[in-house]
Amino acid sequence: MTTFDLFNARDTTPRLRLVQLQPTLILAWAIMALAIAWAIAPSLFTPHSGTVGIAGNQLKAPDALHWLGTDEIGRDVLARIIYGSINSLSGALVAVSVGLAGGTALGLIAGSLGGRVDAFVMRMVDVLLSVPGLLLQLSIIIILGFGTVNVAAAVGATTIAGFARLMRAEVVRVRRTDYVEAAFGSGGRFWAVLGRHILPNALGTVIAYAALQFGSAILAISTLGFLGYGTPPPTPEWGLLISEGRKYLTTAWWLTTFPGLAVILVVLAANRISQSLQRTP
Amino acid sequence: MTVTIANRIGQAALVLLLAFTASFLLLQALPGDAILIKYQNPEMGLSPEQIAEIRIRYGADAPIWAQYFNTLWNFLSGSFGYSVQAGVPVNTLLATNLPPTLKLASLGLFFALLLAGLVAFAATLAPFTWLRNALQSVPSLMISVPVFWLGIMLIQLFSFRLRLVPVINPSEFQALILPVATLAVPIAAPLAQILIRSLDEIETQPFVGVARAKGASRSFVLWHHVLRNALLPVLTIAGVLFGEILAGAVVTETVFGINGLGRITEQAVSNQDSAVLQAIVVLAALGFVLINLLVDLVTPLIDPRLNRPIGAAA
Repeated sequence: MTTFDLFNARDTTPRLRLVQLQPTLILAWAIMALAIAWAIAPSLFTPHSGTVGIAGNQLKAPDALHWLGTDEIGRDVLARIIYGSINSLSGALVAVSVGLAGGTALGLIAGSLGGRVDAFVMRMVDVLLSVPGLLLQLSIIIILGFGTVNVAAAVGATTIAGFARLMRAEVVRVRRTDYVEAAFGSGGRFWAVLGRHILPNALGTVIAYAALQFGSAILAISTLGFLGYGTPPPTPEWGLLISEGRKYLTTAWWLTTFPGLAVILVVLAANRISQSLQRTP
Repeated sequence: MTVTIANRIGQAALVLLLAFTASFLLLQALPGDAILIKYQNPEMGLSPEQIAEIRIRYGADAPIWAQYFNTLWNFLSGSFGYSVQAGVPVNTLLATNLPPTLKLASLGLFFALLLAGLVAFAATLAPFTWLRNALQSVPSLMISVPVFWLGIMLIQLFSFRLRLVPVINPSEFQALILPVATLAVPIAAPLAQILIRSLDEIETQPFVGVARAKGASRSFVLWHHVLRNALLPVLTIAGVLFGEILAGAVVTETVFGINGLGRITEQAVSNQDSAVLQAIVVLAALGFVLINLLVDLVTPLIDPRLNRPIGAAA
């Protein structure tokens, strides 16, 4: 979904940027740090429970006690968002790991071996790319079944193609450089040169892409959660929160609005961080 | 030149065949097939023998390679099998559900083009640097918004708060406003991104400087010289856009309760109705491959420079 960000990452103010303070980047890291802290220790950030409601406390609008209001069975919405952080973040982490491992391996093999292997691998990548991400994810979910891990794996599988393409392009680029030629020329064996010279130099761009994919994985996981294929209730998951809040659209706007804002902020932060990783060589 | 075209068509066909094969194999690996799910239901009171008979009727007992070639032949002759859950041919399902989706998708694309053009021009022509920078980050904001959430927010705002669009008994036109607006945003985002970038790139070209030196205003040059050249990169993401539109339509239809491709996709996943999902996946791949093929064949006609370098040798 966000593949273009990377290739369009624009260097608007050259040079000076590196010394300048970048307020948006600091903000992005702050948001990401907060989301990670929520995932690790949710109880530090809210006195309320993420799953148990209080009777007589239903559908309260945001106030001093419940900053983001309460839902239909009296659960604090902010607490639900905070406790839901672990589901979105760990899901995205699994997804990116699957894509990174699978895609990087494929791209590395295709780019280094070349020839028929390259043609075969890249044709399979073309097949993966030819099916829209959501449909590919649904095809995998129909096989694996519903659930948190399955959704994460399905999202990860759809990112393999992008990682493979990028990795292959990087390997092909690095292979042509003088130092790789020199390493081969001075008697370096194929796998040694691959591990010592090609891989580390190709990895920089791939890491920036991984950060970008982290953002779109959160987006994809929340979409699948919204459709009802992910984490089952009452576990709080951001997409699921929005889906549950839909029933009270007329009376309780806070149920759907705030979880969505959480998704947007984390995705924006991930994209901004990816952009900065890309810029620093 | 003809060799290149034949080569390119062959590649496209190969990708499609591989996509079909992969989806066939994956869906064959399903733990329980749709026939069992439907007919094993105790309420139906069917004996195992009767179920076995039904399986034979659907051709589910044939060896896998026979099923493969059978399905492939059926797909090639335009018949996409039976939806076990709905009990009708997939073709019938598609015939009733495709038109609403096509309508939504084409309107969404139209408004996405408008929106993307607007954002890109505003981001290029805006008076102050800070305003330009702010406008340039609009596409990345649009990309970060979950489509389903956007739809819900629009319903909340325009239907429930402002009461501009009725929820109960809307006219056909009223019922389309919010879904189209929802769908336009995710499609416009990549479009605007690539347009902004390509406008920027073209503006630094020498011929733009010449036109400006001759006394043409900035917006005149932009409209008459830059835009034509800047549109070419947009074509290259046409295939990706097609995927965005399809995925966006599935989600939008779910949010707004529209009967369309999205609805049957969702039902197919819930009921493990593999034939329906396979048909949709293969058709989506077909659309993607055809669009990319078309773009590859058309771009050299628009920009003859692309023909000269490696084109003929490849």
